[in-house]
Amino acid sequence: MTAFTLKINGQNHQVDIDPDTPLLWAIRDDAGLTGTKYGCGVAQCGACTVYLGGQPVRSCSLPVSAVGRKEITTIEGLKSKEGVAVQKAWVALDVPQCGYCQSGQVMSAAALLSLNPKPSDHDIDLAMNGNICRCATYVRIRAAIHDAAKSLEG
Amino acid sequence: MTLHDRSLSRRAILKGGAGLVLGITIARGGKAFAQTPPAPASVNIAPNTFLVIKPDNTVTVLCKHIEFGQGPFTGMATLVAEELDADWAQMRAEHAPSNPVLYKNLAFGVQGTGGSSAIANSYEQMRKVGAAARAMLVSAAAAEWNVPAAEITVEKGIIRHPSGKEGRFGAFAEKAMQQPVPADPKLKDPSAFKLIGREGAVKRLDSAIKSNGSAEFTLDLKDPDTLTALVARSPRFGGTVASFDASAALAVPGVVDVKRVPTGVAVYAKGFWPAKTGRDRLKIEWDNSKAESRGTAQLLTEFRTLSKTPGKTVKQEGDVDAAIARGGRLIEAEYVFPYLAHAPMEPLNAFMKWEGATASARFGSQFPTPDHAAIAKVLGIDIDKVHLQTILAGGSFGRRAQQTVHVALELAEVVKAAGPGKPVKLVWTREDDMRGGYYRPFSIHRMRGVVRDGKIEAWSDTIVGQSIMKGSPFEAMTFKDGLDSTAYEGADDIPYEVANFKCDLHQVDVGVPVLWWRSVGHTHTGYAVEAFVDELLQAAGQDPVEGRLALMGKWPRHAGVLKAVAELADWKGAKPESGRARGVAVVESFNTYVAQIAEVSMGEEGPIVHKVWCAVDCGVAVNPDIIRAQMEGGIGFGLGHILYAQQTLDEGRPVAGNFDAYRSLRINEMPQIEVAIVRSTEKPTGVGEPGVPPIGPAVANAMAKLGLKRPAQLPIVPGAST
Repeated sequence: MTAFTLKINGQNHQVDIDPDTPLLWAIRDDAGLTGTKYGCGVAQCGACTVYLGGQPVRSCSLPVSAVGRKEITTIEGLKSKEGVAVQKAWVALDVPQCGYCQSGQVMSAAALLSLNPKPSDHDIDLAMNGNICRCATYVRIRAAIHDAAKSLEG
Repeated sequence: MTLHDRSLSRRAILKGGAGLVLGITIARGGKAFAQTPPAPASVNIAPNTFLVIKPDNTVTVLCKHIEFGQGPFTGMATLVAEELDADWAQMRAEHAPSNPVLYKNLAFGVQGTGGSSAIANSYEQMRKVGAAARAMLVSAAAAEWNVPAAEITVEKGIIRHPSGKEGRFGAFAEKAMQQPVPADPKLKDPSAFKLIGREGAVKRLDSAIKSNGSAEFTLDLKDPDTLTALVARSPRFGGTVASFDASAALAVPGVVDVKRVPTGVAVYAKGFWPAKTGRDRLKIEWDNSKAESRGTAQLLTEFRTLSKTPGKTVKQEGDVDAAIARGGRLIEAEYVFPYLAHAPMEPLNAFMKWEGATASARFGSQFPTPDHAAIAKVLGIDIDKVHLQTILAGGSFGRRAQQTVHVALELAEVVKAAGPGKPVKLVWTREDDMRGGYYRPFSIHRMRGVVRDGKIEAWSDTIVGQSIMKGSPFEAMTFKDGLDSTAYEGADDIPYEVANFKCDLHQVDVGVPVLWWRSVGHTHTGYAVEAFVDELLQAAGQDPVEGRLALMGKWPRHAGVLKAVAELADWKGAKPESGRARGVAVVESFNTYVAQIAEVSMGEEGPIVHKVWCAVDCGVAVNPDIIRAQMEGGIGFGLGHILYAQQTLDEGRPVAGNFDAYRSLRINEMPQIEVAIVRSTEKPTGVGEPGVPPIGPAVANAMAKLGLKRPAQLPIVPGAST
């Protein structure tokens, strides 16, 4: 067991855990933030997507010992203008079905828009194909990202 | 407010503490189990069992069906709000607790979700709940204002009298509860609907919480001191623990206990990671003497041999053999369907706290009534002492309803082995889920058809497959003449006029647990029938749409969706253009009719599906946008599996353990989709499953138009899965 201080959504969380523990489980079981989901544990599905130093990462496959003092942002702390626009578009188009993957989808979509404010369908497919939705809400995910992009113009 | 606080306050509300007016006190505390059940024919419409109307005027509908994506929260609330004349903004929804008397699915007789039945069985019931509540609110207002009830109107949540008096539901709810429940409240004429079937009138009630991470699933439950339990199960179905050594597991920091349970060895820990680490360090000797040891290659050989002999006849008309003997072109096809995992995004899990004399369980229970009974039985306490609350679940596609109730049983066994007073969250990993069985059955269809003078003269379909229902409580309901009707549904009642017809089945036993999987038998019969009719029509030189329509005289609703989709896609025949071809399929399942046209080209790896047009007839369309969403999702779900997915067995061991080996459709593989909803005044039917079956054959039929063979062995892209 090793003590770590994780800075999540601007707050410090002290955890004393196995250094191999994936960040996902430190966030969920130790910091108690459960918006970030477990879907596969092997970086295949993207349900666990959080930002590390502003970059989207798969928290299920990142040992907590590799995090250092980098700022972690989870769905609960997503306050960027892109994040807010994406969430509004998600609600406006009723994107979610079961909803379980959507935290990860929203995190990836907001990250895309912060890099590329006007993505094409192809850009969206490239940026979002690491996020599996078993309900296959993909048609609406695409449409909502376009709508969010439009809402951020001007 | 923490999640724990929220659940406490909710409990207080349900107990009537926080200004509950119309409430569900009857449903709580297990009292309903002690009540005399209403006569089987009677339908519960008592508003105080379905609605919570609070002083802030919110109306919360207690949904008897589980919400795991298909929209029953929104659907039930729509039905209530329509007749209640509520404003949509005041509507909320939550899951009803487990109670087989109050919350039974009228199609099953017990509480449960499945068979795309939520809207179909609740359409009148939930409207009557709304209408009854409206009448009771109006009576209460009439008494308060001392005016005749008939002079009172209700609109968008406001109760009004021409004298100028007005009020909202919250103010009258308490007195409304004193009013008698009308026995048969009058329902609106559909022409007066303001919400049902109205585009844009209703938005999903669960979109916001599912977009900001606050929706609470079983994996998210965090009662204080909860232990996470992972169970090591046999790598082969039917294997049991011979012996085990837990010393290395118990040495993992955070692991608190290891116990043998009927399904394997349970590791209890403070959190998922120590539980997983501990489980990885268990040393277990398995007794495989009774385990299934065949691989899928061997099963295929056995099934194929069987399929060349006649099975037990399901349906026979005319004489297929005589028709073949008369000559014409004999066309044969074999279609092989793999085992499929449901792989819902949230793997299986369940939570329970057992205090010795009482227990409280929460999880995504799709069949609360049998789950509830199973828990009580294992714990050896009366069912009245067990509270079971269904909560949101991350998908199911059939997986969370098991004829064997194995998740509820394992939960109870794991909790019992831990001892009373210890809240336990049982968690399955993705690999547990993928390799845990309960698959869509492996099956084969062997087809024979005769085309003579441009006409389909004969059709025969020999199916080899495993029964889903055999030995289960559903056997009596689903078996006909010793055969599981879900193994051939859709294959015995094809919507085409063929004079000489035969469908027969070899019902085989395999030691692999199987289960209904989104659209059940239609997952394979839809493909077999629609790919084969397309092949026969091609041999007969007929257009896939016109040829089908010519045979569909007795099936007007099939024909209706086929015409609608042809119009939507501007169908001009099946001739490929610029490397793209279109294939069509139409499948009825659960009394909902769906036709799809897929536009396909061939890529390096396999087919690329560019666009899908879809027409659906589900009777009265209660929530058009949810119907569209279910068609979109059903197409994506069906397409991903038909292209990429299979579970294989190596000497009985399931091979694929995660999405790297069991490939799921991704966004870059998702076609554009256009959906038309056929206008209908028929009773509404479900949409959760029927979008799935047509996409596979539509893609296969498009491939045939590109000069390829219709895929005979699924998935279409070999090597996508291990």
